[in-house]
Amino acid sequence: MQTASLILLLAGFGVLAFVQGRLRSLSIARHAGGIRFLNSLPFYYGLQSLFWTVLPALILLAIWLLFRNSLITTLVINTLPADLMPSNSSEQSLMVSQLHNIAAGALTGDAISVEMLEAADRLTRFERIGRWVISGALLSFVGLGLLLGYRRIQLNLNARVQSEQVVKIILMACASIAIFTTIGIIFSVLFESIQFFKSVSPADFVFGLEWSPQTAIRADQVGSSGLFGAIPLFVGTLLITLIAMVIAVPTGLMSAIYLSEYASKSMRTWIKPALEILAGIPTVVYGFFAALTVAPALRNMGESLGLSVSSESALAAGAVMGIMIIPFISSLADDVITAVPRSLREGSLAMGATQSETILNVVFPAALPGIVGGVLLAVSRAIGETMIVVMAAGLAANLTANPLETVTTVTVQIVTLLTGDQEFDSPKTLAAFALGLMLFVVTLALNFVALHVVKKYREQYD
Amino acid sequence: MTDFNQAERIQQSLKKRYRAELRFRWYGRLAVGFAMLCLLALFTDIISKGIGAFRTTAISLEVTYDLEQVGVTDLANKDELLYADWDALSKQALRNQFPEVTGRKDKRELYRLVSNATGFELSKALKANPDLVGKTEQIWVLADDDIDTWYKSWLAGNPYEERLTENQIAWLTQLVADQKLNLQFNTRFFTGGDSREPEQAGVRGALMGSLLTLAVTFLLSFPIGIASAIYLEEFAPKNRLTDFIEVNINNLAAVPSIIFGLLGLAIFINFFELPRSAPLIGGLVLSLMTLPTVIITSRAAIKAVPPSIREAAIGLGASQQQVVWHHVLPLAMPGMLTGGIIGMAQALGETAPLLMIGMVAFIVDIPNGVTDPATVLPVQIFLWADSPERAFVEKTSAAIMVLLAFLILMNAAAIYLRKRLEKRW
Repeated sequence: MQTASLILLLAGFGVLAFVQGRLRSLSIARHAGGIRFLNSLPFYYGLQSLFWTVLPALILLAIWLLFRNSLITTLVINTLPADLMPSNSSEQSLMVSQLHNIAAGALTGDAISVEMLEAADRLTRFERIGRWVISGALLSFVGLGLLLGYRRIQLNLNARVQSEQVVKIILMACASIAIFTTIGIIFSVLFESIQFFKSVSPADFVFGLEWSPQTAIRADQVGSSGLFGAIPLFVGTLLITLIAMVIAVPTGLMSAIYLSEYASKSMRTWIKPALEILAGIPTVVYGFFAALTVAPALRNMGESLGLSVSSESALAAGAVMGIMIIPFISSLADDVITAVPRSLREGSLAMGATQSETILNVVFPAALPGIVGGVLLAVSRAIGETMIVVMAAGLAANLTANPLETVTTVTVQIVTLLTGDQEFDSPKTLAAFALGLMLFVVTLALNFVALHVVKKYREQYD
Repeated sequence: MTDFNQAERIQQSLKKRYRAELRFRWYGRLAVGFAMLCLLALFTDIISKGIGAFRTTAISLEVTYDLEQVGVTDLANKDELLYADWDALSKQALRNQFPEVTGRKDKRELYRLVSNATGFELSKALKANPDLVGKTEQIWVLADDDIDTWYKSWLAGNPYEERLTENQIAWLTQLVADQKLNLQFNTRFFTGGDSREPEQAGVRGALMGSLLTLAVTFLLSFPIGIASAIYLEEFAPKNRLTDFIEVNINNLAAVPSIIFGLLGLAIFINFFELPRSAPLIGGLVLSLMTLPTVIITSRAAIKAVPPSIREAAIGLGASQQQVVWHHVLPLAMPGMLTGGIIGMAQALGETAPLLMIGMVAFIVDIPNGVTDPATVLPVQIFLWADSPERAFVEKTSAAIMVLLAFLILMNAAAIYLRKRLEKRW
């Protein structure tokens, strides 16, 4: 049976178990003289019966789904004759997909050897057997659970406490998904990065000045040296981030100050949602805007001034990214500015300071840690931003600080390396994971520092 | 004397200070104005570029449904229908329209006026209505995208002729004079899948893909997010594990989305061998990405439920979990739903992680299930924006308008929910 129908079946049995447990508890109570003799409400007997029936089966199903593919693959590959046996993992995955295609009838012809045909046959057979075995095992688990759950129901069974315990464990499991996600991220980038650093030394990667990830397909090919020096990418990323910050920080900060200190209430009610719209626009839309409107406009402007502006200039990508980040900074700054106590402002105003002097000399210094934290978060966001740079920045890794030229960024390279054809043992593909690791570590550090700064500041006034 | 000087000095410095004050205010106004200008520029740019895509150019042709011409003898014979030369019908109609065209090259130019989907459309019409056989009809057929671009720019008074030949322009001018060229509502844009031909491309496939992906995302991230929030707010003991979970959630909220794509690629596709390009994987990745948002907003919603409610329930003998399930959760639900919708809006606009898991493939078919290969709206926008054809600029902007419309709808729903259902204590 298909996994989806198995899950549906389990759900059906779950309902059955719940109803059965509930009815059973009611009938026991009736024989004892009334529902008040029951330890818990009938609902909890039903719930407990449901847990007994469904949870073990679900755990079994999860384990099966985790190991099904590798189990069947190993079984099939081991039955192959020695000369067909794949020597490494990529050959093996190729062979498995070939076998799948043969089994599905998508790959036919005389070129397929008898051994392969037999193996494909075995593959389908094993898959079928596997489906039957798991269906049978699940059904017996369910049956056993139904029976046990039924037998356990007694007058003095504390079903509420027990089932609440189970619910609590389920809730905790849900909460720990965040931990598993982090672990998953670390493992997925770390493992591939280690693979990558086996062929390219970490020092070459971090300090190398040249980036050209095209590796030679044939040994005698020219111009495909496969250089993995990531400095040009870092510089490109920093350049675009810097341009974005130059635009976003003053604009965002000044609009936050204006909105929180000067603007009338009616103005706030209009401008704030408008800024939120700016924050809610998908990055791919900004990318389109940057690539098709801002970049050509800058190019024309540059031409009329006699400057040569690349059509994929860092300036266009950075400027649009800055626009994207304005609402981010302004909302964070707004929060910290409004958190500054009134008494500080009033004290300053009472001493005869003008409003701007109060803001600059009293409010701003008090809000500074929060603002710094917000800017750091914005920097981390700019570094990790992908779509704008993929669409508006270039692919060529130039080591330059000229904003009118084309630069490339870490995220652009990750996308470029991973959206083509991939093979999972070439340094070209693995390099993307090494870049991902760098990105993860840097943004994590920035976030950590930013959250720390913000938190420390908040403790002062709360 | 000195008093007077001092007063003068103060007067002057006051003037200066007031000027500085005024300047400062203007900086603020400029900043707000700049942000609003950017918003305005973005919207005007996209709407002015994309509004045209909702209408498409059609050519009126007199088509004779002549079976001999296409090489079909029997309408019931499927093989024959499949291999028939349906384009012959529109070609004949074009030749009838412009009988003076004789040369091979000229004819080929002439045939390029209509979309290459015309033959297929005619065959569909014929299959739907076999009575048409042998009859002649005046019908509107879809024009090629270059013709579409030309006609729209011609209507705007600034014809774009670079992709057309002189002959074609002459024919088109004649068609315009005969009123055989007009703009019609572009239904294909909403009912068709992706296509290499701009005039045939539609967003339906991408919309379905987005819908399926969002369904998976919502089904996973909303219950799990609520469960996590309940655990952290109501049950979690103050210990290292709880702190660790909180640190993780806060950090995940700020991890760049592309990293989640790497996770999906390495774990879901390479390790678990789940199907590539499928909404299932997209939904899994996006739900991991939106989980922190859902958890954080749900926790805020739970925190907003006043302690008096909890205390009243406990006072009446409810267990801790009964308090949560019977009282806190229903009261916090509107806030949680708002958070869930905001998380979904975030997921709907997300592109980068989906590029990593192969949802960038060129997919014509409209997906029907969560394991069918599919693409989503933002990725479709990305793909079209990359296409060299000029007509795709219009399509891309129109697709962006569709995407923004959905986002605005979702946010409006969130605001409505918050206003309508949330109680102030």
